Amino acid sequence: MQVTITINGEQVTRDVEPRTLLVHFVREDAGLRGTHWGCDTSNCGACTLWVDGQAVKSCTVLAAQADGHEVTTVEALETADGLDPVQQGFIECHGLQCGFCTPGMMMTARWLLDHNPNPSEEEIREAISGQICRCTGYKNIVEAIQWAAEHPKTSEVNA
Amino acid sequence: MTAIEEVPLSPAGNPIGFGNMKRVEDQRFVRGQGNYVDDVNLPGMLHSAILRSPFAHAKINSIDTSAAEALPGVVAVITGKILEGIPRPSLLGDNFAWMPTLSYDTQAVLATDKVRFQGQEVAFVIATSRYIAKDALELIDVDYEPLPPVMDAKKAMDPDAAVIRDDKGQTDNSITDVHGHKSWESGNAIGTAEAIAKAEADPDCVVVTQDVMYPRVHPSPMETCGSVAYLDKVTGQLTLYTTSQAPHAHRTVYAMVAGLPEHKIRVISPDVGGGFGNKVGVYPGYVLSIVGSIVTGKPVKWIEDRNENLVSTSFARDYHMKGTIAATKEGKILAVDVDVLADHGAFNGVAQPTNYPAGFFHIFSGSYDYPNAHCKVTPVYTNKAPGGVAYACSFRITEAVYLIERLVDCLAAELGMDPAELRLKNLLRPEQFPYTSPTGWVYDSGQYEKTMRVALEMAGYDELRREQAEKRARGEYMGIGISFFTEGVGAGPRKDMDILGLGMADGIELRVHPTGKAVLRLSVQSQGQAHETTYAQIVAHELGIPPEDIEVVHGDTDQTPFGLGTYGSRSTPVSGAAAAVVSRKVKDKARIIAAAALECSPDDLEWELGRWFVKGDKERGKTIQDIALLSHGSLELPEGVEGHLEAMTVYNPPNLTYPYGCYICVVDVDPGTGQVKVRRFIAVDDCGTRINPMIVEGQVHGGLADGIGMALMELIAFDEDGNCLGGSFMDYLLPTSMECPDYELGETVTPSPHHPIGAKGVGESATVGSPPAVVNAVIDAISPFGVRHADMPLTPANVWRAIQGRPVRVDMAVE
Repeated sequence: MQVTITINGEQVTRDVEPRTLLVHFVREDAGLRGTHWGCDTSNCGACTLWVDGQAVKSCTVLAAQADGHEVTTVEALETADGLDPVQQGFIECHGLQCGFCTPGMMMTARWLLDHNPNPSEEEIREAISGQICRCTGYKNIVEAIQWAAEHPKTSEVNA
Repeated sequence: MTAIEEVPLSPAGNPIGFGNMKRVEDQRFVRGQGNYVDDVNLPGMLHSAILRSPFAHAKINSIDTSAAEALPGVVAVITGKILEGIPRPSLLGDNFAWMPTLSYDTQAVLATDKVRFQGQEVAFVIATSRYIAKDALELIDVDYEPLPPVMDAKKAMDPDAAVIRDDKGQTDNSITDVHGHKSWESGNAIGTAEAIAKAEADPDCVVVTQDVMYPRVHPSPMETCGSVAYLDKVTGQLTLYTTSQAPHAHRTVYAMVAGLPEHKIRVISPDVGGGFGNKVGVYPGYVLSIVGSIVTGKPVKWIEDRNENLVSTSFARDYHMKGTIAATKEGKILAVDVDVLADHGAFNGVAQPTNYPAGFFHIFSGSYDYPNAHCKVTPVYTNKAPGGVAYACSFRITEAVYLIERLVDCLAAELGMDPAELRLKNLLRPEQFPYTSPTGWVYDSGQYEKTMRVALEMAGYDELRREQAEKRARGEYMGIGISFFTEGVGAGPRKDMDILGLGMADGIELRVHPTGKAVLRLSVQSQGQAHETTYAQIVAHELGIPPEDIEVVHGDTDQTPFGLGTYGSRSTPVSGAAAAVVSRKVKDKARIIAAAALECSPDDLEWELGRWFVKGDKERGKTIQDIALLSHGSLELPEGVEGHLEAMTVYNPPNLTYPYGCYICVVDVDPGTGQVKVRRFIAVDDCGTRINPMIVEGQVHGGLADGIGMALMELIAFDEDGNCLGGSFMDYLLPTSMECPDYELGETVTPSPHHPIGAKGVGESATVGSPPAVVNAVIDAISPFGVRHADMPLTPANVWRAIQGRPVRVDMAVE
């Protein structure tokens, strides 16, 4: 079947099997390898991206379900203005080690801050609780998101 | 408290030496530009999938692959019978169906005669897509004849137990090491037995015996294992992109397995999404991707799914330990004796130095001063997945530390003594270092009491005990757990330590370009440790070259010198030392070149960071960048001195390094549900010199999460029929942000006297040290119910059962 998904603002049209998972569509068909695949069972969150602005686990979404929808991945975080504060926060606070869970964590973090610009530590922990990191023990991820909250994008400040 | 000296900053704002520096690697990772194995796509590449056994133990009568082969898109289906028919001109047998393990055992690449664990590799499908490859698995018809599985290590040596390794002509399930031993002993058996017997007869002494199980767990890096193999038939060159913590060791194993010339094998381990020991072993899947490329002539990608990762790749622990500790009633430890039954699974696939078949378990005498210790470890085969040394265990020091730290708490309970006081009474004193332990280890340095007092102070220990007493009085159950650990890491001196005959020394090369920029080539392999950052800092510290001017190359056997890779916390102790030594070689050569340029003797020169200058005339000097250009130029050099500025070295560590620490965990337990909440975690580590404190602390955080996970949640259990009960992340529970507290870290710094920069390594310290702190805290919380021990994981159900006085075996689904 043919699906058309707008990924990071660009339309991608491909013939795929109906069972194709969105994570495979994004990685293999659209060639965007920043979204990772880690568990198959929606437990680890390495595949987290956005569909129509909602953070979802793309290993449990069919590409067909995203047909006609907008997908945003980690590759869209950096803009002409530079790194997203979430990306900068992960660097500043040592919020990553092997980097495998990082794109999914950052997509959830960006979603959280877009909806709650000043989250408490508890709210941050709750927001990332569906995602697993084996390297950091989460403390520095929480601090990275707090850093990003304290350093909003210029556009956010103006808004 | 910190020992970090003030160091000058580079033009980019980085420390020219040790100190906090943002990681070089992060720039690509935060952009989603990491390059992991599954990101590698080669032209014409095929995909693959492995059919795995549903049985733990079964005879294979036949395999019918015709329906799978007929599926459009399937290129080839490979079985064990086909592998048996592929001749292999190698040292290790004449066909591809079996491969060597890292412990001189054999392991089936694809099962031929029978399957020996659930999840074992049975057939390999190569297809044009991963979906088609998986579809084809369903079409393969295997006629299995189930055999009784041996799932309980305690019954593996029963006379009526099924024999698992009949392929080797065995008549029982014992494991024999390369020296012909069926069990491994260390320490003084007679002295320890006598000391314990004497204590038993002495009314002023106590003897405590406790069974302690360290159940089977799994490292579960976020990236599963995988590989992309391509054999170019024209050149004979095999390129293997693979998830490997030890690319050079793997290359040599493939040369042995495949009979391919080693110089025609290039192993590339690109970005690795976590390892924790999971990516040390050579797995059938890697070999099959190579075979697949040989058969099809095309690149073949194999990426395992999470279930495959959990059920078939290297597990950790599975040690049944019985510990006996003798002490005076004043709390002076006299002796410890340990008897271990070790479950090694169906193939002895343990990755550890040859002469250490129980790893470094015999460091179990711990951080305490007593003369008599002895252990005996008896391994057995069971119908479980192979492995055993993984999950940041420092070659089984996890098991050793857990055992001794639980025994010390059991002793404290028996004596009615505070566990902190008992430890302080027995800790090794600074003047005893270098200290030879009763089992023969030579601890390099330590200030144990100082470290412990820092932890007690940070925790507010006395106040915590007061709070606990008040809460107990009103029926609330709070627990405080202490762990004091000593590791021996950085394997190792090549006279003692090898894997498959490969000595554990590490090569390194440093080349300074004409403009003073440099490239450092490492044999060790980052899986998140940030070697590209910290190794540049080591060279910067030695030579004064800004770290941003130093490129660190790793993970490609064609571009780096030989070395044994990254596991057992060995990178900093071995290759980190190599980086300092090779830098000093360059510095020595730079001195000669500077002397030639300054027309003086090298002896007249003095070093300051980044520059040789004439003693007494500081203005007359040459920077390392000046010298680099001179070394490539027309300057006439002394007789016998070659041009250019580069060096290589192979570092053979004279001893292990011995990082240590004191951890304190505070928990609250709900006695009604058995729920444990980790409220605080105080971790004071002494890993010697800290190259990049930010990265050290990050690694400690990760290890503390591991410890909380293992103590409370993680378990690979089996039922009696051989089914693995931890085959997905819905069953194998990993800690999330909700279970982990906001860690409180402290430090003391006692450099290693024999390491060139005094660093000891820290990668596994927290994973080793934290589980006993959590368990001791939980047992402390529920001790009013008369509980002295309960096995991990302390899930709500297991805690509740312990409170009820009805503990169960955690490793088997039996009551």
